[in-house]
Amino acid sequence: MKKTLYDKIWNEHLVHENKDGSSLIYIDRHLVHEVTSPQAFDGLDIQKREIWNKNSIFAVSDHNVPTKNRASGIADKISKLQVDTLVDNCKKHKISYFDLNNINQGIVHVIGPELAITQPGMTLVCGDSHTSTHGALASLAFGIGTSDVEHVLATQCININKEKNFKINVTNSLSDFVSSKDLILHIIKKIGTSGGTGYTIEFTGNCIENMSIESRMTMCNMSIEAGAKSGLVSFDSKTFDYMLNRRYTPSKQHLNNAIKYWETLVSDSDAEFDKTLSFDATDVLPQVTWGTSPEMTTDVNGKTPDPENENDSSKKQYIQRALDYMGLEANQDIKSIKLDKIFIGSCTNSRIEDLRQAAKILEGYKISDHIKQAIVVPGSGHVKAEAEKEGLDKIFIKSGFEWREPGCSMCLGMNNDSLSPYERCASTSNRNFEGRQGDKGRTHLVSPSMAALAAIKGHFGNVIEFINEK
Amino acid sequence: MKNKIIEGQVIPFDQSNIDTDAIIPKQYLKSIKKSGFGPFLFDSLRYTDPGDLSTTEKRSLNSDFVLNMAPYSGGNIILANDNFGCGSSREHAVWALKDYGIEAIISTSFADIFYRNSFKNGLLLISLKKDELDKMFREISESPKYNLTINIQNQTITTPNSQAYSFAISDSDKERIIFEYDDIELSLKHEDKIRDYEDKMKLKKPWIFENSND
Repeated sequence: MKKTLYDKIWNEHLVHENKDGSSLIYIDRHLVHEVTSPQAFDGLDIQKREIWNKNSIFAVSDHNVPTKNRASGIADKISKLQVDTLVDNCKKHKISYFDLNNINQGIVHVIGPELAITQPGMTLVCGDSHTSTHGALASLAFGIGTSDVEHVLATQCININKEKNFKINVTNSLSDFVSSKDLILHIIKKIGTSGGTGYTIEFTGNCIENMSIESRMTMCNMSIEAGAKSGLVSFDSKTFDYMLNRRYTPSKQHLNNAIKYWETLVSDSDAEFDKTLSFDATDVLPQVTWGTSPEMTTDVNGKTPDPENENDSSKKQYIQRALDYMGLEANQDIKSIKLDKIFIGSCTNSRIEDLRQAAKILEGYKISDHIKQAIVVPGSGHVKAEAEKEGLDKIFIKSGFEWREPGCSMCLGMNNDSLSPYERCASTSNRNFEGRQGDKGRTHLVSPSMAALAAIKGHFGNVIEFINEK
Repeated sequence: MKNKIIEGQVIPFDQSNIDTDAIIPKQYLKSIKKSGFGPFLFDSLRYTDPGDLSTTEKRSLNSDFVLNMAPYSGGNIILANDNFGCGSSREHAVWALKDYGIEAIISTSFADIFYRNSFKNGLLLISLKKDELDKMFREISESPKYNLTINIQNQTITTPNSQAYSFAISDSDKERIIFEYDDIELSLKHEDKIRDYEDKMKLKKPWIFENSND
């Protein structure tokens, strides 16, 4: 039987099949952060249960941490208690924890791959939906709720039903300055926010093969925005190169055997998928979301939709509600939309490649006077250090951006980085839901270079046209 | 058998893609407890003034929001359109719904992570066909006082007009709602199998078990 990559990793981790069709699947890595774990540790204590394998767990605070003035600690008492609770839980259970001033600290989905905590063929979970990111390294990774965090702590397993296989094949190359963020937004626009529900998506095709690992992470990261808990890319020479010489790369003693195993982590050439869709990368222009769901996306050269063009009344209402929330008119040119804030960061787009792309646009320019605030929040201490080594921080600061410490920051605005009511933001994050970046705040999802260009212009522009005119 | 009937007023949310950020906004995720989220359910839609965990003043209700309108304010069953619970994996969304008193949600579809979180907490999710759901929405708009009776054991919903709909649910999810099983205890029944698997993998893939903690 020919198998998909998902089938292979699933079979490899199958511990027990229940009569009802669910399976007990062994979990190799468990990433833990401050927001979704305290109740799970509490649950263990109440039931007097032990952690099954503490060595499988890596913890970090990222969601709820300040991105400036770190030396003075966390000012917000409630946030501080949450971070301290994770620190205490890690101490008590002897779990690896990267503290706020450690260079390894960062967004959990940035540091996992970067430190090679995530490895090909592993099963990996975290109490965060963007755990799908790690699938770019041919690992089966998905987000779980707090009850399942507790379940994995206590049993090292998760009891789940197998998803179906969904292949998204992308051929040809993206144009210069069109990124994997544009591609995944383009895909979500086509398949919708529930198009992948019940499936594990594998991204294939020469476009994906030619993509860097970091770009693949952006694709897998936003699989959940299409409803799929996991995104995957098969192992190849790029994955191989990425995995070497990182902090938790398998030791010399085991590396050759690990590589032999990793090389099997590809979908068989004629494996059957339950669903397949094809996209041509040359069709993809820079994307901008106009509404309050990631599927509400259009090309930068496009306009907001007109609810009057919809026959279905609930669709009409859906579009109108989003336009009203976003403070936009029907048929409005995307390029005419003026911004208040710019956010470059998040587990979607805060890696070194993302910062390089943004800096390339910003170099030699100042941000517009219309922009109240523009911030860059690197994904990890290592990303920050590398950017500083390359002088990217100077480009950002010179253009008018603030250069911050690593964390989730304005992606969800749990810390002080958030939108005030009715403020409009070009953001490289992953969700434009109502209130996501701050109560009544308005989010437009874009790529890093599109966010940089919006900062310069004070409104959206087409990064391809900008480069050609430059 | 306990807890097999849910009976009560329906709260109509004629919207699709209701996300977990809307169900419980980020500022409440700072809590390290599982309880007390009910007052913050749909917080930014429900109140006209902002709030967070430290707010002590009485909040102003948004009178246009469905949870603040009679007879829906006393409801315990949500009726919503496609893809309910999408987005963030925050289980706080389910804790908030349960704490408020919601016992069941009826939609055409649910997001995967939300679905798991709900049954883990004894919150019943029911998928109906689009035309069945639309019919219920129509009936509620005609007569807002609309009580449903959900029989979990028989997998049926009965409307005030005595029309019955059947729904599908896996046996294990059904048992989770009725018996409130401890999933960890169930999984630990296979403790030996998990150990055997692990021992095998320690030989086959020793690098998986490396960690500088050692």
